[in-house]
Amino acid sequence: MDPENQGLIKQLATEVGTDNLVVILGAADAEAVEVAAETVREGDPAYVGPLAGVQLGLPVYHILEDAMKGAVEPQVYEDQLGFFAVSFDTDEITEAMKRARGES
Amino acid sequence: MDLNGKNVIALGDRDSVPGEVIAAVVETLGGVVIAVRTECFV
Repeated sequence: MDPENQGLIKQLATEVGTDNLVVILGAADAEAVEVAAETVREGDPAYVGPLAGVQLGLPVYHILEDAMKGAVEPQVYEDQLGFFAVSFDTDEITEAMKRARGES
Repeated sequence: MDLNGKNVIALGDRDSVPGEVIAAVVETLGGVVIAVRTECFV
């Protein structure tokens, strides 16, 4: 995750608190997704951005992971995400998110 | 997953799902989108 977005997330977490704050990702690259999720939970693993050493512990999901598909109204999912869901490997994304959250 | 009433940061990607699409979906779930970004991960 680039330093600019790390700074934004750190700022918003300070302003609104972390109790009611969630991050939703949209990248297709599983490795990038896993690193981004890790960054908002445990801090920047590369120790270069504003979240280096900052453990916000934020809930983080991916817009294309299975849990999201189950939550979104089917027609909305098809209209907004249908194209992306067939273009990218949602199973790989789901597994990457589970790994980042320590669920697998 | 319950996003109703949650403050949401939509962090999309230029080469996959843009932040604006994430925000549109999150709002249908009652989430309050407080920031939208579309970045390039690569």
